[in-house]
Amino acid sequence: MKDLAIRTDGLTKTFGDFVAVDHVTFEVKKGEIFGFLGPNGAGKSTTIRMLCTLSRPTEGTATVAGYDIVKEDAKVREHIGLVSEKMIMYNELTAKENLSLFGRMYDIPKDVLETRIRELLQFVHLEKWADNRIGTFSTGMKQRINVIRAMLNQPEILFLDEPTLGLDPASTAEIRELIREINAESGTTMILTTHMMVEADMLCGRIGIIDRGKIVALDTPANLKKIVSGTDTTILEFEIPHIGPSLIAAIRSLECVGSIVQADETHVKVHAKGDDSFDVLVDTIRREGGRIKTVRNLEPSLEDVFLHITGREVRDKVSDEAKAPHMRGPRHGWDRVNERVRR
Amino acid sequence: MGARRVLRHSVWICWKDLLEFSRSRLRLTMLVLMPLFMMGMVGFIFPSSSTMKHQPVAIANQDEGATAATPSGGPAYISYGSIFLGQLEMMNNQTGMMDLSTAKDFDEIRRKIQDGKISGGIIIPSNFTSEMLSGKQGQISVITDQSNPQISLMIQTTLSKTIESMGTQLAIQNLNSTYHVPLARAIAIIKPYDVQFKGVVPGEPNYFEFVAPGIISMVVMMSLMTGLPHAISYEKDMGTLDGMLVAPINRLSIILGKVIAQTVRGMVQGFIIFVLAVFLFGVVIYGSIPLVIGLILLTVFSFVGLGILITSFADKEETATMVMMTLMFPMMFMSGVFFPIQQMPWYMQDVSRLLPLTYAARALRKVVVLGAGVSAVSTEIAVLFGFGLVLLLIALPMFKAAMSR
Repeated sequence: MKDLAIRTDGLTKTFGDFVAVDHVTFEVKKGEIFGFLGPNGAGKSTTIRMLCTLSRPTEGTATVAGYDIVKEDAKVREHIGLVSEKMIMYNELTAKENLSLFGRMYDIPKDVLETRIRELLQFVHLEKWADNRIGTFSTGMKQRINVIRAMLNQPEILFLDEPTLGLDPASTAEIRELIREINAESGTTMILTTHMMVEADMLCGRIGIIDRGKIVALDTPANLKKIVSGTDTTILEFEIPHIGPSLIAAIRSLECVGSIVQADETHVKVHAKGDDSFDVLVDTIRREGGRIKTVRNLEPSLEDVFLHITGREVRDKVSDEAKAPHMRGPRHGWDRVNERVRR
Repeated sequence: MGARRVLRHSVWICWKDLLEFSRSRLRLTMLVLMPLFMMGMVGFIFPSSSTMKHQPVAIANQDEGATAATPSGGPAYISYGSIFLGQLEMMNNQTGMMDLSTAKDFDEIRRKIQDGKISGGIIIPSNFTSEMLSGKQGQISVITDQSNPQISLMIQTTLSKTIESMGTQLAIQNLNSTYHVPLARAIAIIKPYDVQFKGVVPGEPNYFEFVAPGIISMVVMMSLMTGLPHAISYEKDMGTLDGMLVAPINRLSIILGKVIAQTVRGMVQGFIIFVLAVFLFGVVIYGSIPLVIGLILLTVFSFVGLGILITSFADKEETATMVMMTLMFPMMFMSGVFFPIQQMPWYMQDVSRLLPLTYAARALRKVVVLGAGVSAVSTEIAVLFGFGLVLLLIALPMFKAAMSR
């Protein structure tokens, strides 16, 4: 009980008939980076907003930092920081003015606040820009200020809602590094939402995969990946010099194929089920005139986990379409796969 | 303790709002320009006696004249029409009201009015002199432009006044020469009543004096009704409101801070109008300045609740603007800011009695123009205070609920 930062019980939020968050129950330990992974509109932000006391749950309860989010909302607010999708900053004000304005709202004594602002600005290497208006900053600089703004009250729990959305690759890497640094140095519990699998994999100790308002899986990234590797699903990456739309369509129409993603011009990634799937795939590609250059048997990524768990919807849509009659090739074992990979 | 904390936070939010405002050059310029345009617009757009100058009027003198015996002896040619016109020109030279030109007959005058070349005409008939000589009244026709009722009315009034006073002069002279009545006695016979117009305070009535207090109340109302919902919903759209809501401050601080900031803005604009009215448009303030400021603050108070209510209802900035516009336009035109309420039909007057702006404008007008004291505007003060209080009591819980949807 004592080492829990967040504990929710059947947390639900509805907007009219639409159920945004559907009886979500989970726990977050103190000091961990907990990730919410899911597509846009899955209910990640709504969950965060409820935990931040910005939105009232329709049903269910939750405690944040040991306080009830509805009955003790003022107490909750003292112990949390929020970095939301939209930056909480005034463009016309300087970095320092922004930070002192938000610091004042936490009743931090003036001298303490000044030192803290200076230290935090040094921490993100922006002390030289303290007296420049936020509006003149690059998006990456803005987001760094935005993150330290949420750290002003030294929160026990920091909520980060899509913190790298809309940032360029360099700034994204910077912010991820910053999040890790803050967590390592201050031990602040972090709740992170993202729709980027790589980000969740890199940063989070545990991940909750959320889809259509429900948590469909919750575990460490490593354990989540075992969900895929533990089944008879194989992830194969084919390198084919010329990949045409008809080839993709032919592969997709196969019964054994769970999903297909074209990575670039010459690579396709296929989730396939069943022992004979490899043969079927190879036969189909050849029949369609594709020349297979290499085949790799991939380790499942979080993306694969997500496809595996929520893939039913994707498959259902495909099965609605007219399926081409598939050909069953002769039975081969997985030894054939390994043989080809070696070759 | 709690109240002081709420106040401290609201001061910070107000400081932030004003700082943000002062950093935008365009907003600052508009802050000054808006009242300037407003005053200029309403001051010059409405016709007043000062704007009634150089109206083109055509005269068709068809009088043929007649030969009559003169007091000096032998018969001589006489034309009362020419005498009348001579006097009219003399009077017009003093006032500069009309630009006189000549026309042949009614048809020409009609054509010129239709072409928009003149705004009215005067016709003196051919038998003008002979009728008058035979002891009858001289007929004069005034033709007006019906498509422009304001100007038409003005010409009608001034011309009939001019002609009447000319007639009086003639009557006095006739009485004096025909019946040998002394001039002073003759005036008393013809015009037994002498009317003198006096105001409560010295000086000529001035449209700006009517309109300036109304505009001040209106600007204060607008800054709250547009400024407040805008300020909140803008921050909601930008996402910065979340930053305040997630901090351990009372929701009241947010709205209070915004109200103070908008009040300061409204007061600055009101002050600019005041200065403009006094120095540019010659408005004289007869009432006490503290009472004027007190009334403006009361006006702010009476609209705060309405502003917060709109803010709570509107989820987006766009919606807020639409709701606000719908409410504000009737208020602007039906609260007697631009036109006296007494001119409106009775049902409109009833509606106007429901609008707080009516009372704000009326109270301010009484104090500024007529130099009234607190006791004279006590009804208005009570209505404004009551309206503000009731709406605030409705609005605050709604705002709190809206902030944690």
